[in-house]
Amino acid sequence: MPTTFASQSVQGAAATGVFSLSWLLIALPLFGAAVLILGGRRTDRFGHLLGTAMPAASFVIGLVQFFALLGRDAEDRAVSQHLYSWISVGSFQVDAGLLVDQLSMCFVLLITGVGTLIHIYSIGYMAHDTERRRFFGYLNLFVAAMLLLVLADSYLVLYVGWEGVGLASYLLIGFWNHVPEYAAAAKKAFVANRVGDFGLSVAIMIMFWQLGTVSFAGVFGAADRASEAALTAIGLMLLLAACGKSAQFPLQSWLGDAMAGPTPVSALIHAATMVTAGVYLIIRSAPVFEGAPDAQLVVVIVGAITLLFGAIIGTAKDDIKKALAASTMSQIGYMILAAGLGPVGYAFAIFHLLTHGFFKAGMFLGAGSVMHGMNDQVDMRRFGGLSSVMKVTWFTFLLGWLAIIGFPGLSGFWSKDKIIEAAFVGDGWRPWVFGIAALIGAGVTAFYMTRLFLMTFHGERRWTEDVHPHESPAVMTVPLVVLAIGSAFLGLLLGPTGAIQHWLEPVVGSHGEQTTALPVSVLTTLTVLLVAVGIGLAWSMYLRRPVPATAPVGTALTRAARRDLYQDAVNESLLMRPGQYLTRSLVYFDNRGVDGAVNGVAALIGGTSGRFRRLQTGFVRSYALSMLVGAAVLVGIMLLVGV
Amino acid sequence: MTDFPWLSTLAAIPLVGSVAVAALPKGRDLLAKQLALAISLVVLVVTVLMSLQFDPDAKAMFQFSEVHPWIPQFGVSYALGVDGIALVLIALAAVLTPVCILASWHDVDDTRRSVKGYFALLLLLETFMVGVFAATDVFLFYILFEAMLVPMYFIIGSYGGAQRSYAAVKFLLYSLFGGLLMLAAVIGLFVVSDGGEKAFLFQNMLNLDFTPATEKLLFVGFFTAFAIKAPLWPVHTWLPDAAAEAPPGGAVLLVGVLDKVGTFGMLRFCLPLFPDASRWATPVVITLCVIGVIYGALLAIGQTDMKRLIAYTSISHFGFIALGIFAMTTQGQSGSTLYMVNHGFSTAALFLIVGFLISRRGSRLIADYGGVQRVAPMLAGTFLVAGLSSLALPGLSTFVSEFLVLVGTFTRYQAAAIIATGGIILASIYILLMYQRTMTGQPTEGTRLLRDLTAREAWVVAPLLAVIIGLGFYPKPVLDVINPAVERTMQQIGQTDPKPVVPVAEGTRK
Repeated sequence: MPTTFASQSVQGAAATGVFSLSWLLIALPLFGAAVLILGGRRTDRFGHLLGTAMPAASFVIGLVQFFALLGRDAEDRAVSQHLYSWISVGSFQVDAGLLVDQLSMCFVLLITGVGTLIHIYSIGYMAHDTERRRFFGYLNLFVAAMLLLVLADSYLVLYVGWEGVGLASYLLIGFWNHVPEYAAAAKKAFVANRVGDFGLSVAIMIMFWQLGTVSFAGVFGAADRASEAALTAIGLMLLLAACGKSAQFPLQSWLGDAMAGPTPVSALIHAATMVTAGVYLIIRSAPVFEGAPDAQLVVVIVGAITLLFGAIIGTAKDDIKKALAASTMSQIGYMILAAGLGPVGYAFAIFHLLTHGFFKAGMFLGAGSVMHGMNDQVDMRRFGGLSSVMKVTWFTFLLGWLAIIGFPGLSGFWSKDKIIEAAFVGDGWRPWVFGIAALIGAGVTAFYMTRLFLMTFHGERRWTEDVHPHESPAVMTVPLVVLAIGSAFLGLLLGPTGAIQHWLEPVVGSHGEQTTALPVSVLTTLTVLLVAVGIGLAWSMYLRRPVPATAPVGTALTRAARRDLYQDAVNESLLMRPGQYLTRSLVYFDNRGVDGAVNGVAALIGGTSGRFRRLQTGFVRSYALSMLVGAAVLVGIMLLVGV
Repeated sequence: MTDFPWLSTLAAIPLVGSVAVAALPKGRDLLAKQLALAISLVVLVVTVLMSLQFDPDAKAMFQFSEVHPWIPQFGVSYALGVDGIALVLIALAAVLTPVCILASWHDVDDTRRSVKGYFALLLLLETFMVGVFAATDVFLFYILFEAMLVPMYFIIGSYGGAQRSYAAVKFLLYSLFGGLLMLAAVIGLFVVSDGGEKAFLFQNMLNLDFTPATEKLLFVGFFTAFAIKAPLWPVHTWLPDAAAEAPPGGAVLLVGVLDKVGTFGMLRFCLPLFPDASRWATPVVITLCVIGVIYGALLAIGQTDMKRLIAYTSISHFGFIALGIFAMTTQGQSGSTLYMVNHGFSTAALFLIVGFLISRRGSRLIADYGGVQRVAPMLAGTFLVAGLSSLALPGLSTFVSEFLVLVGTFTRYQAAAIIATGGIILASIYILLMYQRTMTGQPTEGTRLLRDLTAREAWVVAPLLAVIIGLGFYPKPVLDVINPAVERTMQQIGQTDPKPVVPVAEGTRK
């Protein structure tokens, strides 16, 4: 594959002007979080306003920086800000430093832009929650951590943001943790993420061991001199980290449960931003993966498996949020797949990440709007016919639906189809396997999203008797409209113009003309055809026929998909139960075995066979005496052996 | 001010204070508490003043040195002095003592034992804690190492929980056993030393001429004592009992400071005095540490008693600390030293907050709690932060030290470092499981009326959490003090850090 890979210009120019404010991007939402969490009830009155103002302010700074970057030459668009020396021991030197470049700027705008919209929406969505202030505090904490993640200039600083978003995610999934299942879901998410973080830790250690540095500039500068084995090890460990954070196979099981969090959280963290951090990590580490083709192959395999895995689960879910979560997993699978393809896929992975950020956030918020009008019900079998009573929600969701299935002209069409094309690039078996997986995924996506859309908004009204659906207030619908506009036009703006590729090229490298295994026109036709088939199937199954209020038993595959392809059952039988058994037996062993043995030795030395447990204080003296004698004997032996 | 006997002063203030508190007339419990708190705060102030005089880059190994002949016939001197490692540990003790005194305000009110006696014991313990870290005479160190046992024995045995006698005796016997092995080794060391009136001075004990067998024997004597004190697997079983039965303040000083004498001893005495034997023992020690990291964490997951759970997490953490020390890299050893400090604060926060919880409900069992977050959000919130520091969340101080230990170990022992890194997954389970079971869900019958933190309790917790967060983002002030001392230790044991496998080109290293 002929690629001209421009080495990343991550050792950016020193920050001046507006770029010296980069730290404020993070500090503002962090300040908001601190005030709202520490301030307590005193801040209840204005908490939501302060909490919204902080990411909004960061968004403004981000926009100003973006235009400042636009005004520079493409090669000069990386700007570093050194804050202070964080950890310095021997040759292990890590600075607290930030890097604003084209890649991080994409994320800054997505996080603060979409993030601000979701904050605004939450003002309405959480209006009746007595703990709304705390909710905004956690959301601000998330925004700060996520910005640190994408602005860090070294892997270790990235790690702080990486676990920071994990903490925020934990707090928000468990926001209503008085419900035991929600508390369990929060813990599950954190632990699954920690398995990924293990990978990130080890990756960083290998970097220091092999390359003597953990900064982006240092690692990427030395990567071409490192052995392929080392780079492969680093790459695989980074992939493990990405699998945890981005809910990729085999660490995907937490994402569905994470829907326990309030819906704006699902939109912001578990759809638009945090779960895409794995994609960021892999693309940021491009120079590592470029030297590790085996690791890249594994990345592609993981992406392909997950995109199908998520899509299949999505077809069987009746809970609207869980169906969307499965879809998120699947769409991120596309991004990971693209990220594993190398320079031919990097820009499109980010492109799809951005468009997905808009349409999936929009649809989650739409689902939240539906729940808001339906007494927080989530069972789509109890929805139906909502298009007439929730016009704005319906229309914005319509655009999101068309965007994700890749309806020609809308955002998903530009971004996802590019990934399918990229998957078909190359020789041998790979384009066929991965390309066809991506192609099938597109058809299944069309099916499950159409199913979701029709079951919710069309067909007969299957509402329970106590609901009186109504449109949400403007504070919720306005963000929906803005996101819908993005869902519709962002792709058109960035895709056919080549803007996104051009913008990212200095960071992710460029590739020449690539030949696909099938002509692009054939691929586009095939994709559109499969999407049409998916829509048609869903239409015939969920609109032409009545939808029963309780799910039919279904085929074996449906039942499997409904149970998330048995991911929990597998984890339970392979990890949890053996783990519990191990823990229990170790507790027993520690009480009887280790403690018993040591007590036994003590008893032996003390010259008594009595149970240690029955010891009285009076024995201490005799023990001490006998041990003193023992010590004297030891000294004697030492003297004898020739001290 | 350089000739001012800072360290003797520091050790004498709590000693005098302890006597004064003990001498107060009966029935003046409040005065005893206030006096004890005031004295411990004076110690803290003096420690801060002394630390400001400390020059991290000084040529001399020890600063604020005081050397006076004590038993010249046997080469024993009264010798004090600190390097960066000892200084940060003394500072740890100086911070934790007033915090514990304030936290223990009502802990012993309901026992039939003397209230003032408890606070006098805490102050006496502080004297020994300062002394043991400051001693630069091996024999003096040994004396203080053993003397520490006495106040702690009474703190556990007189003021502890239902099983206090058993726990106290077990603690004492384990410690005495280790201490006697050390005594044997100390005597052995004197025999091989050059003799003279200052034979036991640390500097005079360096570079002794051993036969390999002798060096190994002496190493084992010291190391066993320190391994029991720390404690490392498999000689850890006294700790869960002692920590669970001790009153919360005592548990903090026991696990937070006293146990550090074990790992401090490994770094200060085992490695520099017996460098060859240390290298000889390294494979075994590393193996024990890695087992301890995982074993302690697994045991913590399986506990039903909150205080025992925290004790087992500490066994896991002590595995990390000793691992970093025996990795014999600057990152490992600086990380371990910082770990000792951070773990002190982190465990203190956990033990004290759990202590507050127990004082309200009267039970240590996890199963007796639930839904506390709904009724006592501050208590739950601070508990979560303390827990996150125990699982070494990046951004908190414990992450810096844990990562330094791991990365410092990795450059020499990849397999050991990778297995130990698995501990971070287990840590998330033991902390969050405990949080889930006690704090989330609906309040139960027994927790519905729990009070949130009082002002006093908030004042106890706030400084700890502030340090944990502050040092997480800016550990430099402490690392700057530790680093030169660790570099000197590395020289004494003749070790240098492994170079990166791929040579770094000039100018690209950041």
